[in-house]
Parts: sequence; C-alpha cells; structure tokens
Amino acid sequence: MSVALQSAAREPAARDFVHGPATRHAEALRDLRETGLLWRLCWTLGWLDIKLRYRGSVLGPFWLTLSTAIMVGAMGVVYATLFKMNLRDYLPFLALSIVLWNFLSALVSDACVGYTSSEAMIRSVRMPFILYAARIVLRNVLILGHNLLVIVAVFALLSTWPGFAAVLTLPGFALWLVDGLALTTILGALGARFRDIPPIVVSMLQMAFFVTPVIWKPELAGAKLQWLLPINPFFALLECVRGPLLGKIPSAAVYGSALAYSVLLWAAAWFLFARVRGRIAFWV
Amino acid sequence: MAAVIEVRGVSLDFPLYHGNARSLKRTVFSKVSGRIGNDTKHRVVVEALRDISFSLSSGDRLGLVGTNGAGKTTLLRTLAGIYEPVIGRISVRGSLNALLDPQLGMNLELTGRENIMLRGLYNGLDRAAILRLEEDVCEFAELGDFIDLPVRIYSSGMVVRLGFGLATAIRPQVLLMDEWFLAGDVTFMEKARLRLEDLVRGAEILVLSSHAMPVIAAWCTRVIWMDQGRIRADGPTDEVMGQYLGHEHQPAEVAAAAVPGLVPAV
Repeated sequence: MSVALQSAAREPAARDFVHGPATRHAEALRDLRETGLLWRLCWTLGWLDIKLRYRGSVLGPFWLTLSTAIMVGAMGVVYATLFKMNLRDYLPFLALSIVLWNFLSALVSDACVGYTSSEAMIRSVRMPFILYAARIVLRNVLILGHNLLVIVAVFALLSTWPGFAAVLTLPGFALWLVDGLALTTILGALGARFRDIPPIVVSMLQMAFFVTPVIWKPELAGAKLQWLLPINPFFALLECVRGPLLGKIPSAAVYGSALAYSVLLWAAAWFLFARVRGRIAFWV
Repeated sequence: MAAVIEVRGVSLDFPLYHGNARSLKRTVFSKVSGRIGNDTKHRVVVEALRDISFSLSSGDRLGLVGTNGAGKTTLLRTLAGIYEPVIGRISVRGSLNALLDPQLGMNLELTGRENIMLRGLYNGLDRAAILRLEEDVCEFAELGDFIDLPVRIYSSGMVVRLGFGLATAIRPQVLLMDEWFLAGDVTFMEKARLRLEDLVRGAEILVLSSHAMPVIAAWCTRVIWMDQGRIRADGPTDEVMGQYLGHEHQPAEVAAAAVPGLVPAV
C-alpha cells in the first residue's frame, strides 16, 4: 500500500483567506517565499521545457547555439558592410547584443502567456503564482547559457577578450534576473486578463529593438544625442551587461537609469501582483 | 495538530471575460438561469457560490451532492485554495491533497519516471522521499519498462493507473475528492479501491463530491446538498440523502451513476 509520504514543508499548516488590502501584501510575500522553497521544482520545470523542445533531435538544445551562431555570422557580415565597420570591432558587439536581446524578447513573449499556458496546473492545484514566472525566467536563462558559447567563440576567434572589467557584468545580470521575474509577473497577469496584451507587447518590443542600440553601436547616435540614450530603459539595462564585456565600464548615468527603471518595475510588479494574485485563477 | 476546516459566509463570483461574451452569456443563461448577473462594472459573472458556511473537524466525512453545475467542484476548488473567495473567509488547517483532475499536471511528453519526479517536487519532497514515491507508484501502476517511456505512448489504462497511483501516493490530513476518482477500469478497480480506502482512512477530514449515492452512503457521515451555489440542506447522511433523492425525479439516473462494485466499507 501507499508509502506514508507526508506532504513536506511546502504546505503551510494553516491557510487563511481573508480578502482585503490588509492581507494582500502578506499573501504576496508568502507566494514569493513558497516559490523560494520550491526552487528545485522551478529549475526542473525550466530544464524539462528545453529538453522536451529538443527531445529526439541530434543536436538537442545546441540547436539554440547553432541558430544564434548563424544569425550572428550573417548579420555581422551584412551590417559591418552596410555600416562600413571593422568586423573585428563590430562582431563582438553584435554577438553580445543579439544574444542578450533574444533573451529579452523570448522572455517577454513567454511571459505574456506565462499563466495561460499553465491553465491546467493552476486550476487543479494550489501553487505559488511566482513559481510560474520563475520557471519562465530560468528556462530563458538556460537558453542564454547555450547561446553564451557563441559569444565565447566570437571572442576566441577574434582573440578580443574583455579585460578585468568583465566582472561588472555580473551585478548587471543579477539586476536582469530580478527585473525578468518582475516583468514576467506583470505580463503574465495582464496577458491572462486581457488577451490583446501579447500582440501589443510584441509589437512594442519590436519598436524598442529599432530605437535601442542593439544592432547599431551607441556611438552612431552622435555626440549631441548621447545624453538621450540612458533615458531608454532598454539601452540602460543592456549596457549594464554588455558594456563590461566589451571592456567599457558603463557611465553613472547608465547605472542610475537602469536602477531607477528597475525599482519602478519592481514596485509596479509588486503592487499589481498583490492586487490580482487571487484573481489569476479566474482569468486563465 | 488536528485538521480543521472553517468556512464562513463564502460567496464566489465567476467572471466570464473571454470569448464572444454575448453568445456565451446566452449559452450559460439557458443552463443556470437566474444565476447570471452583471456586476458593478457590467462584467458577466456567474454566481458560483453563495453564502456557504460550515465547519469540519478531525474525523468528519462530508459528502457533497447536487446536480451538475450546483457548485460542488467550485466548492472543492475553493477549499483547496485554488479559487479565493471574494466575500467570506476560509481557513484550512492541516496538510491538504485535492484529487480534482485525473491527469493533474501530468505531461504526456515526459516519461512516467519524470512525471513521478515532478509530482514529488510539486509536493516539496526531498530526494529520498521522491525515490520512495517512485517505488510506490511503479509498484502500484505495474508499468514495467514503460516507466521510462513517454506517457504519450501508454495505453489509456496505463495512463489511468499512473495518474491514480500518483494522486493517491501522498497522504494528507485533509482529503478533497471529486467523483471522477471513483470511475475506472474494472480489473484495476479492486486494487484501486483498497488503495483509496487506505488513503481515506488515513485522512482526518474527507470532503467527497459524487453522484454515486452508494459511495456517499458508505463513506460519509454528513452530507451537504448544493443547489444553485447555495447550501440547500446540511445534516446527517440518511436525512439529507432522503430529501435529495425524494427531490430528484429521475431515480433511474441516480442509480445508473452509481459505480457498480464500488460500495466500500470504511
């Protein structure tokens, strides 16, 4: 007969639902804490998502690496010619930009359906809602990990290793992770409630891609417009991770802007999440 | 700590946001007339639960009866913490397992073993406990070498055995169960029955929603009759069942809904 498996730590001994502004934040905090306790589950889910997508293929998840490599190679040659730039100078920039932007855009499009795609789970068992967001962030971090190989290959090929400044990319990326979680929570909830959100967000992101120095170097904006760049949150955040890896320490304006936008994003995510957490199950 | 369920004045509205609201409104209207309203923001809502109050303590065995759409499953989901009530308060003390969806979170692309591991992780089990879970479910579901193949290629009987084995492997203090759990493959029935009875016996509180009157009669000490989202009657099994069956004008249908061979003795 069944082994006496007791449901462990996750399930709190008491569960009270008292609806109202007073307990919303406590509930949201508990959601976050429970997600933290289930980190192994988040990780496994993210990993299985990737494994499943490539199960049965020869290269497996390294298809991600290969397709990014092809894209970087092709775009590198085309744009270096168009912008009349030195490939040795341009390719590391482009490889980093594309890998990082792909991370962002995949995260955003996954986030919009973050809750709706887990409908069956949400409706059959009580799980912390931030778990679904964490799964999406981790899945995309794993994809990013595969794409890092392209960057390493480009650096090795051109033997242009970044200096010691590269360490500064880590706090930048930590900021990305927290922002990613906040963004996924917001977009997941909005996307579940308003089904028009995903296409709107995707087209807005496309616009951001063109106005942000992703494939064109920030220097191209000219000296007069340089000060405008940090106003773009995408540029500021991108530069926090990309700059150090290109041996360029981001300016205080860039860091200030990235932090300010992040704090705004966290606050928005927290208040929205605390407000709608109890409604998500009805929306999916 | 003894298990307790407290439900005080719980009301729950189901908002209908998606699809063609107007045609959806008409469709649902014909099914649950009188329970569709517009809330203050003119959204279409179904009044799924209205003013539900009851409390259960260790040893209670509650049966939920009522027609389809009376709110039984919604009430179970609310008790499980999936839906949070708009009005009222629910408190559940004790570990809880809700057997609501036969294929709960099962991913057909993953192998049986991977599905078992995932379920263990969902329940916050550690590595050792997951191994025990795996052993237990493998033994019960009799999948043999299929355990390492994707669930997609299983026969329907194998999927049912795996789903059932998984869902019943973790023993809670509070067990919520929807009626699907009592239907299944006949050859599998006897083994399943023993396992389910074991689980029910081990639980301090049972809440069971079913159309199968013999099951309710055998397992429950108290019955709540749900009607249009409200409690129509609440009391000892015999009393409420008498009222409910007297009210039902299709006794043949009720008898047919009963699962043959499943009159468990607890």
